[in-house]
Amino acid sequence: MEIISTAILAILALLALAVAFGALLGFAAIRFKVEGNPIVDQIDSILPQTQCGQCGHPGCRPYAEGIANGEDINKCPPGGEATIQALADLLDVEPMSLDAEHGEEKPKQIAIIREDECIGCTKCIQACPVDAILGAAKHMHTVIESECTGCDLCVEPCPVDCIDIIPIDKGLAGWNWSAPKSSPLIATDITHPSIEGAIS
Amino acid sequence: MTEYLLILVSTILVNNFVLVQFLGLCPFMGVSNKLETAMGMSLATTFVLTLSSVCSYLVFTYLLEPLGIEYLQTISFILVIAVVVQFTEMVVRKTSPLLYRVLGIFLPLITTNCAVLGVALLNIKKQNGFVESIMYGFGGAIGFSLVLILFSAMRERIAVADVPTPFKGSAIGMITAGLMSLAFMGFTGLVTI
Repeated sequence: MEIISTAILAILALLALAVAFGALLGFAAIRFKVEGNPIVDQIDSILPQTQCGQCGHPGCRPYAEGIANGEDINKCPPGGEATIQALADLLDVEPMSLDAEHGEEKPKQIAIIREDECIGCTKCIQACPVDAILGAAKHMHTVIESECTGCDLCVEPCPVDCIDIIPIDKGLAGWNWSAPKSSPLIATDITHPSIEGAIS
Repeated sequence: MTEYLLILVSTILVNNFVLVQFLGLCPFMGVSNKLETAMGMSLATTFVLTLSSVCSYLVFTYLLEPLGIEYLQTISFILVIAVVVQFTEMVVRKTSPLLYRVLGIFLPLITTNCAVLGVALLNIKKQNGFVESIMYGFGGAIGFSLVLILFSAMRERIAVADVPTPFKGSAIGMITAGLMSLAFMGFTGLVTI
């Protein structure tokens, strides 16, 4: 009987201690709450999240914090004019043209690894800011296309240069009307299998 | 007064927690690669060690002892240390973002530092009073900081030295720590508490 009452006493004492400390921490969590800057979240949601670092910051969120602290909004080449326009609307400032110092706007692109040339060195995996490259040491790597942001940070560390950056979506700015097929005017316009075979 | 001074000398040099009692070796090896991080860790540990030795003394004297449940000391001290670390982190984050940036990542690491629990338990074992507990915790922390900073300064120099390949990295660090421990053994018998 005495053992049980001792055990209950021990449990109650620990419980009281835990409740007191829990209350203290709960109070501290409210009393010492640090308010984040809500504008940073909004800016961050506009940025393209390529995490490419072309703006000079290690990722998109640090750049968002930089913008919130008064940095220029024209340092994001992957976002291009559309992002600058959206940022200008959000922050109510004049839109400016893209700062060429940080790179130029390119059509949306992704990285493709030429898999038969990959030696499995894992260097591109370490460089990838969004973990879009799959593979292991001495095994072939490949790019998860839906995760790739086309930041081209993986191209430079590759020792065998087997990574290509391929544009996938031309967008309105880069779209070109393909030239119409003209009807054959002179003899060389006519493509005939037998003639082509003879030339080559 | 001399008694408190003796406690300080004893914990810093003679019974140094790291090199003589071998407590808190994980941060000693883990964060000693750079002098800057070692300083951050030392600051944070000094703060937490002093505070937690006081808090655990209070919990022991005013809760565990009157109820006669001293055998719960280890688990309740772990609880106390975790709460002190968490609370400190919240307060520092709110009051001083600069200090938070310096100490930030080291504070949660201290929760698992065995020197912190060791100090709390040794305080009870040695039956230290309130002020003695503070001095014991503070002295232990200063001793920890001293050897951590000295060791990291040495490791920074070793990193650029021409070390034989099998000994590169942690291996030469271990040997250095062993030599340091030998050197600190020279203080044995200076003060006995």
